[in-house]
Amino acid sequence: MDVLESLLLGAQTALSIGNLAYCLVGVLLGTAIGVLPGVGPTATIAMLLPITLGLPPVSALIMLAGIFYGAQYGGSTTAILMNLPGEATSVVTALDGYKMARQGKAGLALAVAAIGSFIAGTIATVIIAFFAPPLAELALQFGAAEYFSLMVLGLIASIVLAHGSLLHAIGMILLGLMLGMVGTDLNSGTSRYTFEIPELADGVGFVPLAMGLFGIGEIIANLEHESRRESLVKSLSSLLPTREDWKRITGPILRGTALGSLLGILPGGGAMLASFGAYALEKKIARNPGEFGNGAIQGVAAPEAANNAGAQTSFIPMLTLGLPSNPVMALMIGAMIMQGIQPGPTVLTEQPNLFWGLIVSMWVGNLMLVILNLPLIGIWVRMISIPYHFLYPAIMVFCAIGAFSLNNTTFDVYMMALFGLLGYVFRKLDAEPAPLLLAFILGPMMEDFLRRALLVSQGNPTVLLTRPISGGMLACAALLLTFVMVPSLNKSRAVAFSEE
Amino acid sequence: MRLLIRAPKDFCIGLIYLAAGSAGLLIGRNYPFGSGARMGPGYFPMVVAGLLVLFGAIALIRSVTAEGEGIGGFAWKQIALVLGSAVAFGLLLETAGLVVALVALVLVGAAASENFRLEWMAVLGLLVLVTFCALVFVKGLGLPMPLVGSWFQTLAPAWLGG
Repeated sequence: MDVLESLLLGAQTALSIGNLAYCLVGVLLGTAIGVLPGVGPTATIAMLLPITLGLPPVSALIMLAGIFYGAQYGGSTTAILMNLPGEATSVVTALDGYKMARQGKAGLALAVAAIGSFIAGTIATVIIAFFAPPLAELALQFGAAEYFSLMVLGLIASIVLAHGSLLHAIGMILLGLMLGMVGTDLNSGTSRYTFEIPELADGVGFVPLAMGLFGIGEIIANLEHESRRESLVKSLSSLLPTREDWKRITGPILRGTALGSLLGILPGGGAMLASFGAYALEKKIARNPGEFGNGAIQGVAAPEAANNAGAQTSFIPMLTLGLPSNPVMALMIGAMIMQGIQPGPTVLTEQPNLFWGLIVSMWVGNLMLVILNLPLIGIWVRMISIPYHFLYPAIMVFCAIGAFSLNNTTFDVYMMALFGLLGYVFRKLDAEPAPLLLAFILGPMMEDFLRRALLVSQGNPTVLLTRPISGGMLACAALLLTFVMVPSLNKSRAVAFSEE
Repeated sequence: MRLLIRAPKDFCIGLIYLAAGSAGLLIGRNYPFGSGARMGPGYFPMVVAGLLVLFGAIALIRSVTAEGEGIGGFAWKQIALVLGSAVAFGLLLETAGLVVALVALVLVGAAASENFRLEWMAVLGLLVLVTFCALVFVKGLGLPMPLVGSWFQTLAPAWLGG
């Protein structure tokens, strides 16, 4: 099946009335929640995930993907209008976007962000369509050893490309692996770490964990530094870019897209590094770098394009290898597993309509965003101005009901509260909870692949090193770790992340 | 003791890792370990918990050798109220019913904010929210949450579905 034929198949799925509607609802809900200050994309998706569980798998994933782009775009809106980046990737957008808003060009900044994201999303969708199938084919030849090593590499890469202390991040991975073991061991039927609590027999709930760590933990952290921030702009006239503006943003958007697409594919997921990198690149090659930080339109276009392209291409390792590169992809994989789909290369061969339908819907979702958001921006601005002390109790309500609804038990609500406490404590101690979530998802798969690899090799662990692809991936992981541990190189990594 | 610890964040996270790892080892030693070729249910837990102890110990060592920032105070009031509101919701949902549980969740949770006042806007918002949840989640989606719980069962009219 060639790419064009496959895309047509995808279009049939994605363009059915039902799926178009789910995509639209996802994009709208995602944007609406994503613009709320202090609610990042991960928390948004965790909160909205329960409502997709009743849908058929394809529609659920299409809706979740829509929520994701919507949340990302909403986050940029808040960053530009309030200088309140909801997540690390929109920190850079806030730099020049907020300055533009203060100069009365908020409409233009939002339009450029939307257009940049759309162009990047379109190109990245094409990249996925061309690159994912060969990668999935390669992955079909992977044995258990390769998968285990790939997951080790993915986890290591995720902490190297993230910011914060390496030591803390490794510990978070191990904690995530431990949490993933709770429940009945599928292979032997032994109950592990369940403390004889019947609700834990199926393991720790994935949604309460994500809601607690990212949603509730965030709320407590926000309340600690509570301040009243007003939106800068109460109303705005939509300002489409002029011919002059187009000239200035085309280059940055394309370069940002290229950088973002590349970094997004990496198993560690570099969406954040992408937006920082794209901003730094534009600043370096700009004719007058002094503009940057003072409302440069390129400073909004490039990171937004890079961010969106990276977000899009991070679907490649998720869809082809079953490897989540960031917490959002971990949530998508969690949703797939709850829908009864085993993530991995077989998704492409066994459920081509799901795979291609999702890809086509990505482009459709991006198109909807750009069409809808320019006229709807007035509503989003009004949502931003809702004070936080009205917002977060409502968020708590939806989290609590969402957690309850999964298994219709209040136990999950208590678990959410417990993980909320942990999420807050981890933040206080500079330990990012993202690697924990990735490891929690990957843990059971890693254990299974390790068991199978060792069974084949009759207990000889060197099989992980002697099989060339597996050994190569472990070598990469070791190399990455040493890079970060060498102090001078680590310093340049710190600089890359503090680049302004 | 206080003078020894120069990186309190490393110290605390090290303690957490060490405690989780030790608990993992202690409980996990009861699970059959199996052999290399036939990994038992205890194999992976022991390896991971062992590594957790190791990295916890490294973090503890680093907390006395390397300089680090202080933690700053914990927002105890906010923690207690936000988590307490979720627990209150859980406890009240089946006994007092969704309506009471939601009101408790919102009011206890909102008390964590310095800016929150029980003014007419807030009461109105609460009413809208509770009505919305009752209509959408219970009547619309049919989640098995009693609008009126067992405590008030005898008082509730039948159409509320108690």
